[in-house]
Amino acid sequence: MAIGTLDTWKETIRDKKIECASKDEMHSIQSEKLVNQVKHVYKNVEFYRNKMTAMGLEPGDIKSIDDIVKLPFTTKEDIRDQYPFGLVAVPQDQIVRVQGTSGTTGKLTLASYSDYDVKVWGECVARALTMAGLDSQDRIHVCYGYGLFTGGLGIDFGAQALGAMAIPMSAGNTKRQMTCMEDFEATAFACTPSYALHLAESMKEAGVVDRMKIKVGIHGAEPWTEEMRKKIENLLGINCFDIYGLCEITGPGVAMDCIHHKGLHVYEDHFYPEILDDQNNPCKDKEQGELVFTTLSKEAMPLLRYRTKDITSIERDVCECGRTLPRIQKFAGRKDDMKVIRGVNVFPTQVETALLSMGGGVAPHYMMIVDRENNLDTLTVMVEVDERYFSDEIRKLDALKQRVGNTLKQALGVQVKVKLVEPKTIERSEGKAVRVIDRREF
Amino acid sequence: MDSMKNYTIKQLSVFLENRKGRLDEVLAILAKNDIDIVAMSLADTSEFGMLRMIVNDPTKGRKVLKEESITAVLTDVVALRVSHETGSLSKAMHQIVEKDVNVEYMYAFANGPDASAVIKSDDPDKVIEILTKNGFGVWEEGEAYKANQFVSNTEA
Repeated sequence: MAIGTLDTWKETIRDKKIECASKDEMHSIQSEKLVNQVKHVYKNVEFYRNKMTAMGLEPGDIKSIDDIVKLPFTTKEDIRDQYPFGLVAVPQDQIVRVQGTSGTTGKLTLASYSDYDVKVWGECVARALTMAGLDSQDRIHVCYGYGLFTGGLGIDFGAQALGAMAIPMSAGNTKRQMTCMEDFEATAFACTPSYALHLAESMKEAGVVDRMKIKVGIHGAEPWTEEMRKKIENLLGINCFDIYGLCEITGPGVAMDCIHHKGLHVYEDHFYPEILDDQNNPCKDKEQGELVFTTLSKEAMPLLRYRTKDITSIERDVCECGRTLPRIQKFAGRKDDMKVIRGVNVFPTQVETALLSMGGGVAPHYMMIVDRENNLDTLTVMVEVDERYFSDEIRKLDALKQRVGNTLKQALGVQVKVKLVEPKTIERSEGKAVRVIDRREF
Repeated sequence: MDSMKNYTIKQLSVFLENRKGRLDEVLAILAKNDIDIVAMSLADTSEFGMLRMIVNDPTKGRKVLKEESITAVLTDVVALRVSHETGSLSKAMHQIVEKDVNVEYMYAFANGPDASAVIKSDDPDKVIEILTKNGFGVWEEGEAYKANQFVSNTEA
C-alpha cells in the first residue's frame, strides 16, 4: 500500500451541518445545550448543586455558552471522591455501561453512560473514522484493550455506527495480531502509537508488510510526535491519524486529526473545549494552557469544566479539510507528566522529538530516569542503539553517546546522562507507555 | 602471497549490556549452535562490554545471536601471524605505523608454534599489503576460522 498524499486524498465529512457549521450556528447549538446541561446537573447532581450554590449561581444565570466561565470546575480528584456513582445524573436503571481508567494509584476513575451517551460516543468515533478516510467497506482491526479502558470499545462503537467491520482483537500477542490482520484483510488498525510502532517493526522484521491490506492507522491514548507518525507511516506505507479522548468525557472520539495534520478537530457540539492559563483565565487562540472540557450532551455523567491536565493550544481558523471545528494542537505534555528537573520543565515528548530529530543512530524508544544525587536532580535517558549504526568500536559508541547527550541537552535545557542499551530492550507498551521513572522523594 | 585468497577476516562483535549473566547467555547461545571460538577479547567500559571473537562460522554466529535479539555485527579485521621471537610484533607494528594506518585495537591468540594477533584498523586492505610486502604472515580467511581445529588435528 502506498501512503495517500494530499493530491490523491478524497475528504469525506460525515456530518457537514455540524462539522462545517458557521460560528453563529455552532454558538447557538452550544448555548442551547449548555443551558440544558446545567439545568440537568443542578437538578440531579448534589455535588454540582452544592458547588453552584456556594458560588451564588443558579441555572438561570447561564444563558449562553459565553457564560461557561461562571461555572465551577471539576477535577480528577472530584471524580475519585464521588466514586463510583456520585456524579450520576440519571436513575440507575438508565445507566447501560460503565468505563474507567486504569488507576495506577488508588481508585479507578469511573464514568457512567446512558444508552444515548453510548450512541453519541459511537457517532463521534464514526465521524473520526470518516475523517481518517474509512467507510462501511472497511475492516477495522482493534488492538486497543477491551474492558473498562475506553480504547477498544470506543473504536468498536464507532465502527458499528459507521457500518464498518470491527475486529475486536484487544491488546497483546503480536504474532496473532499479524496473522489475523492478514487473514481477515483488515484495512485499518487502531492501538496506541507505541504499540503501533512495535507492530510495524515486527511486521517489517517478519517480512509480511506487503501481504497486508492496511491503509490507515488510528492511534491515541498516549502522546506521540509527528516524527513517530511518519515513522509508522513509512514502515507500513499507510496514513496514520491521532485520535484523542478521555473516559471522563466519553473516551476516544473527543477530537481527531485530519489528513492535513494541523491539530485535532474537537467535536465541540458535544464537548466544549476551553484553554486556561495558570490563573484560570481563558488563553487567546494559539496560546498554550490547560485543556478543560464541558460535556454538552451527556445524560448519565455530565461534567462541567473538567480539568484534563493536558497542555495544548487551540486554533479556530477553517481547516483545509473544510471543517470549522476548532483544532487542539498536539499536547506539549500533561501537567502531571511534566518533570521539573533542576527547575527546568521537562516533557517526555521533548526527548522523543529530540531523538527522532537526530535522523538515525538511536531508536525513538527511550526511558527517562529522574533521580537525586547529592541534592542535585539528575536525568538519565536510556536509549537504544539503532542496529544499523552499531559499531564495535567503543570510540564510535562514545561519540554517539556524546551526540545524543548534546542533542538532548539542547532540546531540554538540562544536563542529561545518556545510557546506551541494546536494541529492543526498552519495553514496547501495549497500553500506556511508561516513559519516566522518578526516583526522587519530595 | 596468493592474491586470489582472502586475507580479510570477519570478526564477530557483540554489544553486551552490563548486567549479570549477559556474557554467559551469549556464550551459551554460541555453544548450543556449534560455534567454535578461535580467539576472543572482551573490552569493557563503565556501561557496556564489547565481545570480539574470531569464530569458525561468523555469519552463522551473527544469525543465531540475532535470533535471540542480541546485537552482533561482523567487522573486517586482519590476523597477523608471527613467530615466537622477541621483537617480531614490534617490527610488524612499526611498518603499519610508518604507512599512517591507525590501529583501533588489537588482541593476541594462541596458535601452536606461532603467535597471532588480530588487528582492527581503519584500512584492513592496506594493512594486508604492508604486512605481506614486508614478509609477515597473514592468516587467510578460511584458515583463520578453523585455526584451533587445525592445531588440535596436527596434535592428534
